[in-house]
Amino acid sequence: MNRRNFAIASAAVALSLAFAEAPQAQEPIKFGMVAHLSGPLAGGEAVTHLPNVQLWVEEVNGRGGLMVDGKRRPVEIVQYDDKTNPAEHIKAVQRLASQDEVDFMIAPYGTGFNIAAAPIYARYKYPLVAVTAITDEIHELTAKFPNMFFTLGSTSGFVEGVTNTLKTLQSKGVIGDKIAMVNVADAFGIELAGVAREKFKEAGFNIVYDKSYPLGTPDLSPVMKGAKAAAPDAFVAWSYPPDSFALTEQAIIEDLDVKAFYTAVATAFPAYGGKFGNAIEGNLGAGGVNPNTDAMKAYRKRHQDVTGKAPDYWASATYYSALQVLEQAIEGVGKVDRAAVTEHIKNNAFETVIGTIRFDKHNNSERYWSVGQWRGGQFVAVADTGMGDSVAPVAKKGWK
Amino acid sequence: MPDILRGGAVLLAVLAVAALPLLTDGYWLSIAVTIMMYTALSTSWALFSGPTHYIALSTGAFYGIGGYLVATGMSDFGTSFWSMMAIAPFVAALLAGAIGIATLRLSGVYFVIFTLGLAEMIRNLVSWVQNNFLGSKGLYVLTELEERHIYWMLLVVTLAVFLFGWRLGRSRMGFALRILGNDEEVARHVGIDTARTKVLLFMTTGFFAALVGAIVAPRYYYIEPNVVFSPELSFLVVIMALLGGTRRLYGPLLGVIPFTLLWEVVSASFPSATTMVLGLAFLLIVYLIPDGVTGLIGKLRKRSVP
Repeated sequence: MNRRNFAIASAAVALSLAFAEAPQAQEPIKFGMVAHLSGPLAGGEAVTHLPNVQLWVEEVNGRGGLMVDGKRRPVEIVQYDDKTNPAEHIKAVQRLASQDEVDFMIAPYGTGFNIAAAPIYARYKYPLVAVTAITDEIHELTAKFPNMFFTLGSTSGFVEGVTNTLKTLQSKGVIGDKIAMVNVADAFGIELAGVAREKFKEAGFNIVYDKSYPLGTPDLSPVMKGAKAAAPDAFVAWSYPPDSFALTEQAIIEDLDVKAFYTAVATAFPAYGGKFGNAIEGNLGAGGVNPNTDAMKAYRKRHQDVTGKAPDYWASATYYSALQVLEQAIEGVGKVDRAAVTEHIKNNAFETVIGTIRFDKHNNSERYWSVGQWRGGQFVAVADTGMGDSVAPVAKKGWK
Repeated sequence: MPDILRGGAVLLAVLAVAALPLLTDGYWLSIAVTIMMYTALSTSWALFSGPTHYIALSTGAFYGIGGYLVATGMSDFGTSFWSMMAIAPFVAALLAGAIGIATLRLSGVYFVIFTLGLAEMIRNLVSWVQNNFLGSKGLYVLTELEERHIYWMLLVVTLAVFLFGWRLGRSRMGFALRILGNDEEVARHVGIDTARTKVLLFMTTGFFAALVGAIVAPRYYYIEPNVVFSPELSFLVVIMALLGGTRRLYGPLLGVIPFTLLWEVVSASFPSATTMVLGLAFLLIVYLIPDGVTGLIGKLRKRSVP
């Protein structure tokens, strides 16, 4: 009995982590967050989510907090690690909802985690403004979980972006119709490759090399050698972070001569540009932003100043925007009332660092950049859905 | 008379446990689901590994098969959750049978290593099939089941495991298994078909692990192979069973409850130390209480009687 009582007591005294020291005159509004501080997705979390949360808390508390009930209340983050394990994730969300009794939640990193957490958010009426969740099941999911919102697009939208980019390059005579395509043999990679096989063919492309490799393959040189032997005009890899880096490295070694080179996740990371420097000039990848709007410029500068790191060129700004949506909705309602905040998100437009966000009747924001290209040290959007401000793609110049 | 009393007490306890979701539907229910799940897994694990001393690290593999079959059945073939839940344990049992025939002749450490690799092998096989034949649209397990339904289903499975274990202890097969565990050579000499006995028991643990994996799948909504085939699960099951002790049917239960609560405290308060705690717990259990909590209780009892 003693041990059990001890466990109950200790579980109740859960570790909470406040990022910023705020004037504690008012009781803080608590935001729950389950992060992947370790495990396979910890890298993405650390680049795309954590710095933005830090930045947002600092900015909001710098103003004295969120305006509710006619006064400003500071925000406080209660954070747990789930070790990138869905079972642990569910337990931690549950703990936040019923033990810590947080007022709101911040969306987790990764499609699977957003979906796994959705039912608990729904039960406790937390609005879930998901960002790093890309799926073709948006309509089904939001019908089931009406408090769930999507901001970063669908699988098909991403493949269409790539198809359109290649089509544009083809019409300019930059590339021919031969595509070498590889994919990581894991959920997201398989799904994208499946959609791409159809869309590329519909668009009149010829897939001359189609190969997959298991998740975590240490040596990708056979894959790249095979692709090179097929003499393609364009190379497309539906890849995860480690293999995006490894494939680029192999392409440099093999001196793969293509005028369009696409790797999916992590191409938008500052570390990608930092590692390869000029060699990746003209490389294509998932994401991209319009770095030239005033809002985006100001955001990138603040991110750098506050966190000491540059944001990535894809989901970072969208994630920050999702926090802004939550913030504006809470202040719009003027109360800590989760159901009312969810309604407010459904029915209003929000000014964010990526522009105006408005959700359609399926809780989906059809405004996102889908393909980016490295140009002079920045990863600029060259394809989008609903944004309308991406620039035309250009040919990749060699690797040297 | 005492038998009737005991039966009544057990019945009351089961009813009390079944009533839990009526009292709480949040945090403590999610802990209770975890406890129920590991009780079923550890107890069925102990039914095989307890008497035979074969440390099987294959729970994660069979559990993964259960979860994955439900997900792929519902997403790729449009079958219902219930039919996949009914099929999955039999698939796992067949696979366990094949694996058992091939490997249970291996002694001690070779068997451990093989089962450790099994989850990884099946995960890769599944990815390969998905990649080359099925394609993938993300595997969704969208059902109307809530946490309490999952809890009740797990309770039924746990009871089935206990009932099976109780029957087994009183059967010829259970007797054969105990002899086999003490000395395989002797067992063979007295005419026990040791290979058959071991394979059948191994199939049973595979069956229950896959059933649990299938039942729990709706809790995750979205299944990825590299997530359901988790090696951590196999280790947790072993540690919990050893902590409780494998000599008695209720032994693993006494390991699962304290360990789940400890694990919860550790993940809530020291999120970066969980792997270390897992390793330390393993060492401490093996060195200090090799027969588990139940063994310890038995020893203390003996000592107190002069």
